[in-house]
Parts: sequence; structure tokens; C-alpha cells
Amino acid sequence: MGDAEITTSQWRLVEVGRIVLFSYGPYSGRLAAIVEIIDHKRVLVDGPSDSPDQAVPRHSAPLANVSLTPLIIPKTPRAIGNGPLRTAWQKEEVEKKWAESNWAQSRERSKKRRALTDFERFKVMRMRKQARFEEKKALAKVKASA
Amino acid sequence: MSASTKQEQPTTKKFGKGERVIPHPSQKASKYYPAEDIAQPKKSRKALRPFKPRPSLQPGAVLILLAGRFRGKRVVLLKVLDQGVLLVTGPFKVNGVPLRRVNSRYVIATSTRVNLGGIDSKVVEKVGGKEYFARDKKNKKQGEDAFFKQGDKPEKKEVSSSRVQDQKAVDKTLIGNLKKEPFLLSYLASSFSLRKGDKPHEMVF
Repeated sequence: MGDAEITTSQWRLVEVGRIVLFSYGPYSGRLAAIVEIIDHKRVLVDGPSDSPDQAVPRHSAPLANVSLTPLIIPKTPRAIGNGPLRTAWQKEEVEKKWAESNWAQSRERSKKRRALTDFERFKVMRMRKQARFEEKKALAKVKASA
Repeated sequence: MSASTKQEQPTTKKFGKGERVIPHPSQKASKYYPAEDIAQPKKSRKALRPFKPRPSLQPGAVLILLAGRFRGKRVVLLKVLDQGVLLVTGPFKVNGVPLRRVNSRYVIATSTRVNLGGIDSKVVEKVGGKEYFARDKKNKKQGEDAFFKQGDKPEKKEVSSSRVQDQKAVDKTLIGNLKKEPFLLSYLASSFSLRKGDKPHEMVF
């Protein structure tokens, strides 16, 4: 028998300390950390953000309303209180890391695009066309010289 | 009229000492009820209200036409006429829409505004007038010649030179204004359509 390579999966796991993004309900668009796993469908979450319109009160949330982000607060003890979680949250710079992520940026962009007027949409379309044209030109140049 | 009223006037008749008034036969009450009820027309409870344009329909607004020959075109609103009619122009040189009247119901008003400064208001007033778009009366009787010409190609309708001049007078200054803002001219030249995933009820115009 050959040696079996055993590696941990690369999936995002529902685990204590995992940062989740609310995609549904009154807190949709806000971040929270998993504090305790209640059962296979619900978790206890707490989002100790400083700005009140981004904070999520400690409550049990269905996992269906939430998406797992790649962010994590490592070594979070189970059922960590609000105070210690807040310090860990700030130390880990959760919100800064989130704002830098592609996911957050594309969310921001699509939100902005949705609010555009007809003329602004047209301008975005033209600008993208111009950018694409420049890109293709540069690529053709590189290909020709190679 | 006086003759008929004279006839219908009641006559007085003397009976011995007394006197009484006898109405004209046509004024007498009918002896019978009508065999069939006369239908009473229903009273309309709707009131005729004057047309009040949407607040977004300000002169200078860019509109998207939704119906008719020029559907999908983006045009400039020149003037709001009465009874829900709008006077628009393409401008003609930009997207082929002439000075035209348009039903305000079949229009999306965008939030884009165009500067209408410098446009001759007299021309706009004239084009927005009642008679301007009135149809020419056709000669109803067609002679023998017309009958035999039916098979030939129909003559092309010529646009009257006065209309061409009005169009040019309005568009020249308007295009000058439009050129000041980048992309605006090509925006008006492009036409509106829904793409995949576009939800018109959620879009902002």
C-alpha cells in the first residue's frame, strides 16, 4: 500500500472566531464573528464594530442568512464575551482587512453602480471600452515583440 | 320660434260667468304611462382635470422614448405642451429625431439636464403652436390620372423648407451647448435598451 497524503481541507469552516457577512435580514451587509455553534443550522454571532450602523448585537443567527468570509480571529475561546471579542476584533483589524478584500470592494462597486443614472451608466460603459482598447493594444505590442 | 310659442300658449275660455284657462294640447299631461322606461343617461362623476406634467419633465431634460417610430432614442425635451404632449428634438443631426410631439406617458425622464440657453424661443413657440403640425388637407377627389398612376411608385414626401429651417435654428445652438459636456453627444446618439440582468424597476434614470 502506498502512503496516503492527508491534508486538511481548504474549505471555510463554521468555527468559533470565523467572521461572517450577513446577506439577509436586518443586519445584511454587516460583519460579525461566530462566538458559539448552537447546532448545524444556527450560530451565536457578535459584531462588535465601533460604528453603530455596522455593529451586530449578540444573537443567534441562522447560517442560511450568513456567508462565511476567509477572515478569522484565531484562537478565539468558545462563548467569548463582548468585551474581549472587541479587543480581539480591533487587534486583528477585521474591518480594515475586510475593506481591502476583493469581495468587499466588488460589493462596494456594485452598490455604487446600481445608484448610477442613465448618463453615468453610459459614461462607465465608454470608459471601460477605452480601458479595454488600451489593454489590448499593449498586449498586442508585447505579443509582437516576443 | 315666436310662432310656435304663440301656438303653445294656453287659451282662455268663457263658460257663462266663469273663465278658465285651457292649456295647449301639446302641453297636456299624457293620459298613459310610457310602455317602456326611458333610459336615463348615467351621470359621470369624473372631472376633467388640466394636465399637470411630472416634476421630472422640465425643459432641457433628456428623455428616453418608449413607443413609436423612434422608440429607444434619447432626445431633448424642449417644451411641455398641454394635454400631456411634449415637444422634443433629437437633435436631428445627432440621432435622426426631428422636432416632434410626443406623449408624455410613453417617455422615461432621465435626471440628465441639458442647457437650453440661446435657443430662439420664438421658434420653439411657433413649433409648439397649434397649427404647426396640422396635416395638410388632401384633395379628396382623385381624377382619372391618379387612378392610372396607382401602379407607379408613390411620390416621396418632401419636407417643407420652413420646417427644415426651424429644425436647423433649434439644433444649431443646442448642439453647440451639448458639445461642452464630454460624452453627451454620443450619449444622445446611442439608443436605450435593456441588457441581460437589467431590471428597469430598480434602475435609476
